[in-house]
Amino acid sequence: MGFLRRLFRSRAAVQQLPAGSLTVNRDGKVVTSTIGSGYPEGLLREIVRDVMLLFRQARDAQMPLAEFSIHFASLRITAREMRGGAVIFLSPRTVPTLPSQSDL
Amino acid sequence: MEPRHKILILDDETAWLEVNREILSQLPSKPEIRTVSAGTRAVALLDTEPFRLLVCDLKMPKMDGLQVLAIVRRRFPELRTVVLTALEDEEFRSRAYALGVDLFWLKTDIQQNPKMFMDCVESLLGRDLETGFRGIQNKSLIDIIQMECLSRSSTVLRITRGPLVAKVWLLDGELIDAEAEGARGEMAFQRILAWKSGTFENLSAEPDRERTILKPVGALLLESAQSIDEKAGTTGPESVEEADHRKTIWKLSLVAREGAEFVVASSAEGQNEVEALGTQYGGQLAGWTRRVTEVAKQLGDRIEAGPLLYVAGNSLERQVLLLPRDGKSYLVAWPPDASTDQLFEKTKKLVASWDS
Repeated sequence: MGFLRRLFRSRAAVQQLPAGSLTVNRDGKVVTSTIGSGYPEGLLREIVRDVMLLFRQARDAQMPLAEFSIHFASLRITAREMRGGAVIFLSPRTVPTLPSQSDL
Repeated sequence: MEPRHKILILDDETAWLEVNREILSQLPSKPEIRTVSAGTRAVALLDTEPFRLLVCDLKMPKMDGLQVLAIVRRRFPELRTVVLTALEDEEFRSRAYALGVDLFWLKTDIQQNPKMFMDCVESLLGRDLETGFRGIQNKSLIDIIQMECLSRSSTVLRITRGPLVAKVWLLDGELIDAEAEGARGEMAFQRILAWKSGTFENLSAEPDRERTILKPVGALLLESAQSIDEKAGTTGPESVEEADHRKTIWKLSLVAREGAEFVVASSAEGQNEVEALGTQYGGQLAGWTRRVTEVAKQLGDRIEAGPLLYVAGNSLERQVLLLPRDGKSYLVAWPPDASTDQLFEKTKKLVASWDS
C-alpha cells in the first residue's frame, strides 16, 4: 500500500480551537487579545457576543454572576465580569475528556 | 441468518474511498459498504438508511469531519464511529474522542497494520448495546442477588451506577446490610433494586458487619417487585399521588443531605415541565437554564468545541452549576463556600440520584 503516501496532500485545514484571553468593554468591543491572529474574527465575535448575552440573561433572571465557565468537551470558556465588560479566557483541553458512563 | 451490517465511509478523496472499501469488504462479517465524498451527503444517507458504522475523514472541504461527527452524535447516538485521518495532531485526536468516537486511526497506521484496523472495526460491528449489569449480561440485579443467596455466598457486592455507589452485604447467603445514597438497611436495598443498569463487583466478605436487615431476602425482593409493578402504572390515581409525595420527600432529603441550596429541573423543550425544590422562582430559573443551555450548545457547535458538558457560575451569594442530561437541564445552587473543585462531581451525583 505504498501508493497511499500520495493521498496525503494538504487540503483545507480543520478549524483549530482558540487559545488565549481577551478583554471586552461594556459595548462588547474587544480591547485586548492574545488569541492567535489565525483564528477567524467572526467566530471570536460570536464568542464575545454570547458571553455578554449570558451575563445579561443571568442579570435578567435575578441571578447576576461575577464569573462563569462553559465546559465543552474540547474547550473551556471562562468569563469574568469586569465593570460591565468582561475578561474571557479560552482554554482548549488537550487531554481528552471522554464522556463517562454517568455523563451519557 | 443474521442481516449484514452496513458501513458508511466518508472521505473526500475517491482513491481513499476505494482503498477503504477494499479493506473493509474483507472483514469476516462481510458488511455492506457504502461510500460518500461529502459530509452533507453522509448525513442525508444516514437519515434514510440504517448504518452500523461510520468511517469518517477529518479534513474535508465545506463540512469537515468534526462537524459531521457532532451532527451524527446528536442525531444517531447508536451509530459507531471511526475517524480515519492523515492529521497527526493530538488536538484532533482529543476533540474526536470528546465527540464520542469509538476509534481514532491514522491513515499511515493502516498502511503499517491493516489487520489490527480490521480487527478493531470487526469488534465494533459485533458489539451490541449493553443492558443489565456489566459482568453478567442481561441479568438484573435481583437475579444477581438471588444467585449469590442461593449459592450461600459471603460477600460484599459493590454496585456502581454512574457517580452513585452502593454496597450490599451478604453473609452465608443472607442479606445483612445495604448502603445507598445516604440510606442504610431495607430502604437502601429498595433504592438499589430500583436501579436499572450499572456495574457490580464482588468484594471480600465482612462477617463482622452489623446486621440491619432482618427480613428474609425473598420477602424484600417480592416487595421490590410489587413496588416496580406499581410504578409501571397498575395502581389507581390515589396511590400515584402518594408515590409523587414520597418522591418529593425523597428529593427534599437528598437536596438537604448533599448541602445544595436549590435544584431546578426542566425539560429542554416542554416549557411547563419544571420541577423546583428550595426556590420559589422555579419557572424563571428554568427559563434561564433553557436559554443558557441553548446559547452554549449553539456556540459549541459553531466553534467546534464538542458537546456541552456543563456551565458553572458564581456570585457573592452562591455558586450554580447547570448540567444538561438526558434531554433535561438541571440547575443546582450551592453555598458560596462549597469547594469549587468538587462541585461538578457533587452535582452529577445529586442529579443521578434525583432521577433514579
